[in-house]
Amino acid sequence: MSETLLFALELTVSGLLVGLMYSLVALGFVLIYKASGVFNFAQGDMTFLAALALASFVVKIPLWISLIIVLAIMLILAMAIERIVLKPLVARPPLVLFMATIGVAFFLQGLAQGIWGTQPRGLELGVVDQTYEVAGMFISNMDILGAVVAGLLVILLVWFFQKTKTGRALRAVSDDHEAALAVGIPLRKAWGITWAIAGIVAIVAGALWGSRVGVQASLALLALKALPVLIIGGIDSIPGAIIGGLIIGAAENLAEGLIGPAVGGGIKNFFPYLLALIVLTVRPYGLFGREIIERV
Amino acid sequence: MFYRETGVLKTTYAKDMELFPIPLDKVGFGVAMVLAFLVIPLVSSHYMLVSIFIPFLVFSLAALGLNILTGYAGQLSLGHAGFMAVGAYATVVMYNRYDVPIPVALLGSGIITAAVGSVFGLPSLRIKGFYLAVSTLAAQLIIEWVITHVKWISGGVYSTIDIKALELLGWQIDTAAEKYYFALIFVVIMAFFAKNVVRSRIGRAWMSIRDMDVASEIIGISQFRYKMLAFAVSSFYAGVAGGLLVAFYYGSANIEEFHLLVSFQILGMVIIGGMGSVLGSFLGAAFIVLLPIFINLGISFVNHRIVDLSKVFTLDLMANTENMIFGALIIFFLAVEPFGLARLWNTIKDYLRLWPFPY
Repeated sequence: MSETLLFALELTVSGLLVGLMYSLVALGFVLIYKASGVFNFAQGDMTFLAALALASFVVKIPLWISLIIVLAIMLILAMAIERIVLKPLVARPPLVLFMATIGVAFFLQGLAQGIWGTQPRGLELGVVDQTYEVAGMFISNMDILGAVVAGLLVILLVWFFQKTKTGRALRAVSDDHEAALAVGIPLRKAWGITWAIAGIVAIVAGALWGSRVGVQASLALLALKALPVLIIGGIDSIPGAIIGGLIIGAAENLAEGLIGPAVGGGIKNFFPYLLALIVLTVRPYGLFGREIIERV
Repeated sequence: MFYRETGVLKTTYAKDMELFPIPLDKVGFGVAMVLAFLVIPLVSSHYMLVSIFIPFLVFSLAALGLNILTGYAGQLSLGHAGFMAVGAYATVVMYNRYDVPIPVALLGSGIITAAVGSVFGLPSLRIKGFYLAVSTLAAQLIIEWVITHVKWISGGVYSTIDIKALELLGWQIDTAAEKYYFALIFVVIMAFFAKNVVRSRIGRAWMSIRDMDVASEIIGISQFRYKMLAFAVSSFYAGVAGGLLVAFYYGSANIEEFHLLVSFQILGMVIIGGMGSVLGSFLGAAFIVLLPIFINLGISFVNHRIVDLSKVFTLDLMANTENMIFGALIIFFLAVEPFGLARLWNTIKDYLRLWPFPY
């Protein structure tokens, strides 16, 4: 194998692994958008809050107890958001709800840093970062761990939404609020559950990303990485989020590695968006998004 | 009794087309102008002019631009801070390197930004809603990258260029009051223009696109022309606002000041102020610009006069209260008045129509 090809392959593999972790953040968006039609900009800050809480607990108490505490925090948070933010704004234009979640994002960021401090922290999950050589490529075991956890979570979510009663109720709500109400699905309870699931996704994403890059305020900007993933996959599709994440992860790595040096680097930040724009010109609702048919 | 259309008898078409049909509105507008042009510069301190009124005016202009796009034409943009950055750097480059007079440089950078904005508006022909919002985020990130990586624009790694001493035809613009007047004149003229554009044929075409783009296309409104026009006009405003911000507020163009968060703040101004309202842009800008200042004042007041907060709370909590209150107040205002502060003004108007005999 030639040198460049091997390099490209290595970039692709590590990109795919990172991509799965982008999917994880994107999943939080998709879940909430599907269930309540809210574009939840606070997902990144929820991830940050979960990671920061976990990082500050885990230095004092065992990992599994801290995970339970963080889980409790996220569940309370989900209920609070449902009660305080969503309830008064029910049936408002989507843009207003979007703005409200920006308010939530500000609040959560202030809250997290107010309680646990603004210093960047490391997050030790008890996994030693090692690099293995597989078929001539270097792969970090953190990446593998992240990809495996992300994959498991996705399988779990798909099972939950397809097979359980609650999951089916949530899908019914996402299809049509009024019809769901008519068959006796409590709307507000469904929303509470959705936000709680998004909170759990935030914990997993926060733990994985926190242990990779450290816990700091910029973790909230992960949301920005997840947005093109959403757009490519389609804003309301769970498989779309996964495949979008894989595409973005591989593409941005390849672009940075192969094109980047020629133009001065740093294209990783916007390349996913460029790719999303190209996909949108061909498919306006992403690869797997539901097409909206309009009537006059 | 005094504030109503009834009894205002119009005899010419010109009268019928007036901007302020109700006499009391004219008085109110006059009072506002007198306040803005005479009272504020005379009364306020240097600090108030420089750190409250000038940013308020400039951000009102930016919010007005986004309001034209979002509130009137119904297209979302999360890239407005990027457009402001284009205007900012264009102004500095023109003024510093080519000695273009500052008003011309500002308008020129507006035009450049309009061109850039129209290019990034192209996806709006095909996609809408949140898909469009995210694709305008691309504008923000691409502009940031281009500005930091093209040395001709930004002059190096830190992407900061100071603007040289402001002067116009030998007149040194260096006091706060002079800068304030300069910004004010720009804002007033452009607000007038906006107010008139949105009630013209163009404005009506925009509103038809906002309300139902498929229907408006069927009745023969060119989507291409009017969507592009909306993006161009909107980014023109953003560009001029960016230029003003650099020339009269920051004093240097720095890409960090046009971060993505600023885009969200501008969107916040539009939504909290009221979409589809010129007045709302000003109210929203006042809310977002003034709120952090008031929160800080409030905290330090409580801190010094009532209880020593550092004994009750940790330092981290104190430092982050501003963000928390800011976020909470946004949610609160949206819950109380989801159609924006401008709707409050309409409610007052409706009340005044009947006052003092509401029966």
